[in-house]
Order: sequence, then C-alpha cells, then structure tokens
Amino acid sequence: MKLFEYEAKNVMKSYGLPIPQGSIAKSVDEAVSVAEKIGLPVMLKAQVLVGGRGKAGGIKSASTLDEVRSISSALFSLKIKDESVESVLVEKKLNIVKELFIAVTIDRSEGLPVMIASSMGGMDVEEMAKEHPESIVKLHIDPRFGIVPFQARKVAQKIGLREKQLITFSDIAVKMYKIYEELDAELVESNPLAITDAGELIIADARLNIVDDALFRHKEFQELSLKRMPESTELERLAKSKGVRLVDLGGDIGVIGNGAGLTMATIDVLTYYGAKAACFLDVGGGASAEEFARALTPLIEYPRVKAILINILGGITRCDEVARGIKKVYEDLKFTKPLTVRLSGTNEEEGQRILREIGINTFTSIDDAVKNVIRQVSSNR
Amino acid sequence: MTILLNRENRVVVQGITGRQGSFHAKLMLEYGTKVLAGVTPGRGGGRVDGIPVYDTVAEARDLHNVDTSIIFVPAIAAYDAVMESINEGIKLIVVITEGIPPNDTMKFVRSAKERGSVIIGPNCPGIISPGEAKVGIMPGFVYKKGPIGIASRSGTLTYEIAWELTKAGIGQSTVIGLGGDPITGLTFIDVLRLFEKDDETEAVVLIGEIGGDAEERAAQIIGKEIKKKVVAYVAGRTAPEGKRMGHAGAIISAGSGTAMSKVKAFRDVGVEVAERPMDVPELVKRVLRR
Repeated sequence: MKLFEYEAKNVMKSYGLPIPQGSIAKSVDEAVSVAEKIGLPVMLKAQVLVGGRGKAGGIKSASTLDEVRSISSALFSLKIKDESVESVLVEKKLNIVKELFIAVTIDRSEGLPVMIASSMGGMDVEEMAKEHPESIVKLHIDPRFGIVPFQARKVAQKIGLREKQLITFSDIAVKMYKIYEELDAELVESNPLAITDAGELIIADARLNIVDDALFRHKEFQELSLKRMPESTELERLAKSKGVRLVDLGGDIGVIGNGAGLTMATIDVLTYYGAKAACFLDVGGGASAEEFARALTPLIEYPRVKAILINILGGITRCDEVARGIKKVYEDLKFTKPLTVRLSGTNEEEGQRILREIGINTFTSIDDAVKNVIRQVSSNR
Repeated sequence: MTILLNRENRVVVQGITGRQGSFHAKLMLEYGTKVLAGVTPGRGGGRVDGIPVYDTVAEARDLHNVDTSIIFVPAIAAYDAVMESINEGIKLIVVITEGIPPNDTMKFVRSAKERGSVIIGPNCPGIISPGEAKVGIMPGFVYKKGPIGIASRSGTLTYEIAWELTKAGIGQSTVIGLGGDPITGLTFIDVLRLFEKDDETEAVVLIGEIGGDAEERAAQIIGKEIKKKVVAYVAGRTAPEGKRMGHAGAIISAGSGTAMSKVKAFRDVGVEVAERPMDVPELVKRVLRR
C-alpha cells in the first residue's frame, strides 16, 4: 500500500527525521491559512499516489498569498494520470544547494533488504542508475541483525559527505531502516534529501509503501488500506463492492480461473488468438458455490464484459462441486451473457454432466475454450 | 533418481490439526508419503487420521526421526514454525503458507542457508517425485514417473503443464513449485543445478511468470553450467504494470519483470519458449530428440 507524501512525512517525523515545516490543506482557504502561519515563500505539492507529479505540474512554489490562492486552486482541479488531487501539502520553501538520494527497499534478486544512496538526488532513479551508475551506492543488510551505524557512515562517506553532514546522513539512514523494519515497508525513500544553504539535511520529498502481506500486523495501515483504492477503475470498484478482487485489463471477455498462474496463462492464450480479456480474476483453490457466485456477479453486471470464460483445473478442487456452483449461479441470476467453461481434473465427468443438464457444454482444453468464447463474442457484437 | 524427495523422506506436518493440514496430510499418506508425525502447539497427544500429534518439532524428530517438514501454519505464525524446523535440523522444509511478510521470509531463508536446510516456498504447492512421494497440495493423478524435471512459480499452471506432459506420455522425475512470493527459498538456479546432477532427468521445464528477475538469472547459467535441455513457459504476457496479478511476486514494476524480457533472456541462450501451455509437450519432445 502506498502512502501519500504527507503521510510518509508524518511517519518519518515521528521517528525523529527532519522534514520541512508545513501542513496538509484540503481546500484553497486551508492552503492560504497554512501559508500565513508558516510564512512565505512556500511550496505547494499536490498529493497523489502516482509518480511523475512534478512533470505534470503538481509541484509549484508561491511567494505571495495571492499566488498561494491561485496556484492551490489550480492544483485542486488538476488530474494527474487520472487521479484527482484531494489535498495539497503546503511547506516552507527550502534553499537547496544540493540534492541527495536515499532509499531502503527489498532486493528480490538477493533476497535481502538494500539501502541505496546517491549524491545525485532529485532525478528519476532508473535514469540515475542508467546514466551515472557510479554515483549509486548499495548496501545489503542482513534482516536478522538490521543496520549498524558504522555501515551507514560508510555509505555517507561513499557519496562524498564529511564532518557533521556525514553524521547527520548516517543518523537519517539508520532511522529510515528502522521504519523499513518496524513497519514492514517495501520502500522508504527520500528523493531528494536536500542539503540547504545552512548545511542542514532535510527530507524534501518522501515515499513510504507498506507491504500488503504485512498489513495484518499494522492495524493503523490496514484500516487505511481498506478505505483507499488507488488506481482503480469502475469495474475494479464494482468488483470490490461485491467483495471480489480483480484486475481490470480493459477488454470484453471476463476471465475467471483457479490459481494466479493458470489465470494469467488463460489470458495469454486469449491474447494469442487476438482477443482481449476484461479482467484477471483468480478465485483460488477450492472456491465454494457462494464464492463463485460472488466472483461472477460483477462480470455479469458490467456492460463492457460481453462474455465470460471460466477456466478450472480441479486438483484438490472437485469439478462436480464447481459445476454445482456454476449451476446455482446460472439458475439464481438468470443471466444471458455467453458463458464458456473449461472444466478438467478431479471428478470432471460428473461436473461436465451437471453443466450439460443446464445446457452448458464444457471444454477440457484451454485452447478450445478460448476459441469458443471468442466465437461467442464475435457473434454477439 | 529424483531430487530432494523420494520414498525414504520422513515427514512431519506442522499445523496438522488445521483444515488444510489435516486434509492434505491424509492425501499425502494416500499417495505413499511417509507422513509420520504432526505438530500443533497445545494439541500434543492427539491423533489426526492415525498420525500422532506433538507440541514441538523436537519431539517429532526425536521419536520418528523426521527429516522433512511441510508447513500449513497461518502467515502470522509461519516465521515461528519455519524457524522451529530449521532449529531442529529438518533438512527439507516445504512452506505452503501464503501471505508471509517478506521480512520474515528473508530472515528464515537466510537462517536456513546457514544451517543447511532447503526451503521450498513460501506460497507454493510443494514438491512431488511421481511414484515416490509428494510433500505438497498438488493433485497426484496429473503426474507420472519419467525423465522431465519441472520447476515453477505457480501452482495450478504447473498441474496444467504436468498433465499435458503426462497425457502426451511424458513423465516427470521431480516437480517443484518454487512459490509465488517475491522471496523464495529455492530458486530456478538452485533447481537447475540439482536437475543437472540427476541421472534420471533428461530435460527440464521451467514455468515462470512476470515479476522479479529469477528467470533472467536462470538464463545466465543455462548453457554454461547447465548442459541439459531446457524448455520454458512464461505467464503474464498481457499483465499491466504496477498491478499485482494474484501472487505477491507477480508484479511488473517500472518496466522490469515483464514476460517479454524473460522470454528474450531464455531465447537468447537457446531455450525453447512455449507460446501456450499446451505447446510444452511438443517442445519437450523436440529437445529430447536432439
């Protein structure tokens, strides 16, 4: 789960990290009163969860209260990659002389947490890695022991810091690792970490993402995550309102499978034959009739979905049970959308018989099922 | 021969009194696996389908000489359960549990390496050596004994491809589900090295998916260290960036971890990559003839 910049900064502040003076504003008036309180000039930063905010005009400075009013008003009506701006962070403008970069994240390849630092902050990290690989310092950390301050001091030294700044930086690094560890973050980042004209280090921008799988031990974020649905489409919202998790893929064939890999493979085969899936929906192993009904409902209701393809390979899951589930949904909801079912594995003959009774012919290969659903869609267009 | 698992492995089921644990303990027994003990703290002294239940792995090890464990413990307690097995010297640990925080996984994977234990998973279907034993949740009937080794990041997709092979008359030596999490104990590279040394395995099928770079890294050792023929399939060619496709590990981030980069890495080292799951048997036949 991604946090907004101001939320990330609040967490960082609570860990004793230096952040600019400022506050969040939900309206133009609030923005003006924050600016009055902290003093001009200020930075006005649109709060969105998508990247590329700066380039989209989401970050502006203001030197007068009139500017605060007009700029924040513009920011509130801005849309950044389809995400609307609901709050603006108003911060005291820093006099930055140099920008650094620091992040703690998970290195999947090494299976370890990694601290990444650079003397070239403010840039896109990918770009930085490509154009100036020598400027990037990486420190892998044994998660069982965490970071020891001397390691952080070596990182500070490698990015060219000295004297008081070396100490301040390593202190920031240790605290950022602490956040990573204690909150089960997948990313704790400051880009840039600014050096001001007074020689201070301040977290000018902040990112903090919490691992979804760890939300069970962070109740405060769990609640937030339930409330927040970033980057979701109408179909995803409809599905979520029914308690179903799916990924919208934009096409017209609703795909339901059991198992993530199998469902992805089904969509790939569909694409191979030139069709487009409406969604990725994995019902998981051993789904009950009720769970099936729940998964099917948003696809039945959503008009863009012209046909539905169900792909079940029963291992532990029994095909006859699945068939009873489909039959129940079919009879209860009385929908007319074309339905193609691939049903193979444990008790498949019984399952196929049950579905035949209600007029649904099943397939035993993904290929045949996919070809059938494509035929249904083309004749339905 | 097989890798990591044969009929001699002596298995303890951690979390045996749970819904999943008890159900699969029975199916593993039916398949012929030596399931000798179960562990559920606080439930020691009972039995599940005739299998004695203990409070600790240490007891199960002392009384039954178990060397393999399978873990059905919920994510919140999984770290504890895996560390217990590592600490008691269990050599093969299969972690079925889904949703373990990566910080926990990274810690026990690290500890296992130091203590010489092999971890399969988390978030995996387990391991099967057809005709010998299965330690996992996979349906036994889709597999048949033979010369193909399989390693996969996905569960049902593995069953799909194994079954296609079986129907085409091609059996398997050992089939391993590595798990769908970003961090797993065994990787494609580890498994390729084990299959390379296994006399019975003539070719290897790798089933990858989007996210991370495990496939790209595996490709780097194919042809160098690995002389056996490899066939691959990669799921998720149409997955959008930034969306988690079911598995915690199946996510394309900032352009990296795409199916195409994995397919390319494999093709660059001469690995045949199937366009569709059902094309795998044909490709396997082709490489076996070479």
